[in-house]
Amino acid sequence: MAETHVETVRVQQPDEPVSSPWRDAWRTLRKNRMAIAGFVIIFVFVLLALLAPYITPYAYDKGELIDKNKPPSAEHWFGTDYNGRDVFTRVIYGAQISLRVGLFSVIGSVIAGTFLGLLAGYYGRWVDMIISRLFDIMLAFPSILLAIAIVAMLGPSLENALLAIAIVNIPTYGRLVRSRVLSLKEEEFVMAAKAIGSKNSRIILQHILPNSLAPIIVTGTLGIATAILEAAALGFLGLGAQPPQPEWGLMLSDSRQYIQKAPWTVIFPGLSIMLTVLGFNLIGDGLRDALDPRMKH
Amino acid sequence: MALLSYTIRRLLMLIPVLFGMSLIVFAIIHAIPGDPALTILGEKASPKALEELRQQLGLNNPWYVQYFHYLWDILRGDLGDSLHTKAPIAKEMGPYLAATVELTLVSMIFAVFIGVNAGIISAWKQNSWFDYICMLIALIGVSMPVFWLGLMEQWVFAQELKWLPSIGRDNPRDPVTAITHFYIIDAMLAGRWDHLRDVIQHLILPSIALGTIPMAIIARITRSSMLEVMRADYIRTARAKGLGQFFVVYKHALKNAMIPVLTIVGLQTGLLIGGAVLTETIFGWPGVGRYIFTAIGNRDYPVIQSSILVIATIFVLINLLVDLLYAYVDPRIKYR
Repeated sequence: MAETHVETVRVQQPDEPVSSPWRDAWRTLRKNRMAIAGFVIIFVFVLLALLAPYITPYAYDKGELIDKNKPPSAEHWFGTDYNGRDVFTRVIYGAQISLRVGLFSVIGSVIAGTFLGLLAGYYGRWVDMIISRLFDIMLAFPSILLAIAIVAMLGPSLENALLAIAIVNIPTYGRLVRSRVLSLKEEEFVMAAKAIGSKNSRIILQHILPNSLAPIIVTGTLGIATAILEAAALGFLGLGAQPPQPEWGLMLSDSRQYIQKAPWTVIFPGLSIMLTVLGFNLIGDGLRDALDPRMKH
Repeated sequence: MALLSYTIRRLLMLIPVLFGMSLIVFAIIHAIPGDPALTILGEKASPKALEELRQQLGLNNPWYVQYFHYLWDILRGDLGDSLHTKAPIAKEMGPYLAATVELTLVSMIFAVFIGVNAGIISAWKQNSWFDYICMLIALIGVSMPVFWLGLMEQWVFAQELKWLPSIGRDNPRDPVTAITHFYIIDAMLAGRWDHLRDVIQHLILPSIALGTIPMAIIARITRSSMLEVMRADYIRTARAKGLGQFFVVYKHALKNAMIPVLTIVGLQTGLLIGGAVLTETIFGWPGVGRYIFTAIGNRDYPVIQSSILVIATIFVLINLLVDLLYAYVDPRIKYR
């Protein structure tokens, strides 16, 4: 019976257009080799991060001092650091930290930015005045400096670094959503919804938010790359993750004095930062080309 | 006339932003959880020392009184005293600021020169090997952690090959006599060409590290902007007139393609002054970034506040300057 049913459906709608903006975007994206490369890179890092305890027999925070600063070998693929800890183990546990910080800080900024942007764009007037001026002021600071200031207030830790990065990037999303709302407000379908007496909350959730999603996704993906770089920078300055956490930036500043004796302790964490950031940039560029061709430079 | 009123309007719009910035910077010390004096001096501080610090920072007054004192001081050009060195910050910061500005400018010259030319040639020879390699390098460049690049440069070119010095601005055994604190200028003023060579050698590695990200961004923007312009009618006309390819590219196309590039250059220059903190830490460069970094270590909050305020102000002013320049260069822009 089930088969017949499927058959009838096919016969009934043979030429129904199966095109939607999202499906078109997916088709464009699939053909973009650079974006696919980005997906592969990030997939590998996610896999390594998730499976870290099963991949490596070593602990990220314990090492044998006899084994310190050993070059890469069959036992230690990326060598060992000045504490005799396995660098490969630390790098893949570090992937957990960086991916988490990147993802969660962006989710935080997107939620807060979207909320403020919607308020500013939809309600206008003094609400818009206050929120937009706040964004202007925050954007007046170079972002890494503002993040440093926030961490200097709250005290150095991975959680505070994540929070600082999330706060610093709020205006990026806030402005984006605000400008989307302003242009959508003039669209006929929003006017129509208003005319039939839809509530504000319904208009925002049903019409404005879904239509703002594409640029948020693009900017958010590129934002993960920035957030990972910023987290590593804070870690490097001693303002983010604290020892013995295997955070990539912290690993770099920890091992830099041994760079001549054990260059692998500096090469691999740095390479990992670069590759994850590159991966998210490639995906972001691909998504931009696929979802919003007008944003293309 | 329109341009003048636009300039004045933009300057007036700057005032609330500057106020807001001062408020945020002011809040840094007040957002410290618990007693700021205790955080600064540590658990072992005597009650007397704590009270003295509270007096010095004015922490016993209500916050709005403190803010107006703070604002009044800033307007008079008094950025407070360092808790660590006890010196006035406004005076202390000068040489650090000069060091950062010198490094930033050299990095930017490097970034613009390489970035713009790579972008132009990539657009000119679109889809050639040169184009692919340039864009690959640019892609890696924008993803590069500056501090890692700096460490790698130091390792390869300073420690292994011993071609270039790895830290500082000059030779510590034969230092440059500071006049303007811009060492390139100071060395030339003193007529010490050996010093000039020394200063330039010290600048190479840090400015490459600092300049790489803007270089990559500039190359990408220049390329896409050039590609767009090259399709324009007047370029076809120029070609039809029989002008040489080089002339068309560098004279006709470049002028119009440069407008988006100009914006990026301005934005990036501001960002570099702030972002120099990482490069300066690695290369022992005595700039504002390292001044802030040291101040964080010493819990020297007045220094942190004032340096961040100064850098943010410079950042805002550069952005304003670019906007004005932009309006001046491109008459099509409406003065909103």
